[in-house]
Amino acid sequence: MTAFLLTLVVGGGVVGDLLKAHGMRLQGAPATLGPEALARFGIATVRNAWFLLALVAYAISFFGFMALLSIRDVSFAVPATALGYALETLLARLFLHEQVSLRRWAGAALVVAGVALLA
Amino acid sequence: MIDSALAGKTRILLAIVIVSNSIGNVVLSYGMRGVGDISSYSPASLVSSSIAAFANPWVLLGTSLLVLFFAAHTLLLTWADLSYVLLVTSCGYALVAALGAIVLDESISPLRWCGIALVSCGVALVASTPVSTSEERP
Repeated sequence: MTAFLLTLVVGGGVVGDLLKAHGMRLQGAPATLGPEALARFGIATVRNAWFLLALVAYAISFFGFMALLSIRDVSFAVPATALGYALETLLARLFLHEQVSLRRWAGAALVVAGVALLA
Repeated sequence: MIDSALAGKTRILLAIVIVSNSIGNVVLSYGMRGVGDISSYSPASLVSSSIAAFANPWVLLGTSLLVLFFAAHTLLLTWADLSYVLLVTSCGYALVAALGAIVLDESISPLRWCGIALVSCGVALVASTPVSTSEERP
């Protein structure tokens, strides 16, 4: 049960980020960061199907987290959170075609190790 | 490639994402501690617990900061790489731990200081890579 919930928490967060990043890339940046352009951008965003799918994934992650908290201590979930950074970087490379250079991978490895020690 | 105006906006939005997420989480958990345990997960008691939680000003402030985080994060991803944003914003972990030591006078074990140092070095490395690399950018 714990492994299943942990998969929902990390998987939901990672998939949510990927869906949102893909949807926002397709939508494009607002012309300016003025109030009118931001309002138009907000309306376009809540009509963006990829963004809405991302919200579903985030909701699954959130409720999985709530359920996990009711059976285990939070600190238990931390190594998985740290590994989520590596997984998400890999999936951004594969599915979003981002160029993850050796330098960025090295940074990711340091972040994963650091988060594992910190949290 | 990214122009200099976008580079400036990237820095401002990254700062908003990092600060609002870290402080939002700290403020929200402080507020939720005041609200107390959720005793039952039945719909009626979840509604009453939610009302009690949002009556707490710390919960409201924390939630508002997290909404700001989510909006800035969404906006940033219209041009910045997910792998860049994800890794650079992880310095929030180091920020929260360091703030705990400085502001709240919490003691930090040598192992946690190592974690702060590792995350900071990793973020510095990633921050030196290009913000946007995918060809999909319109």
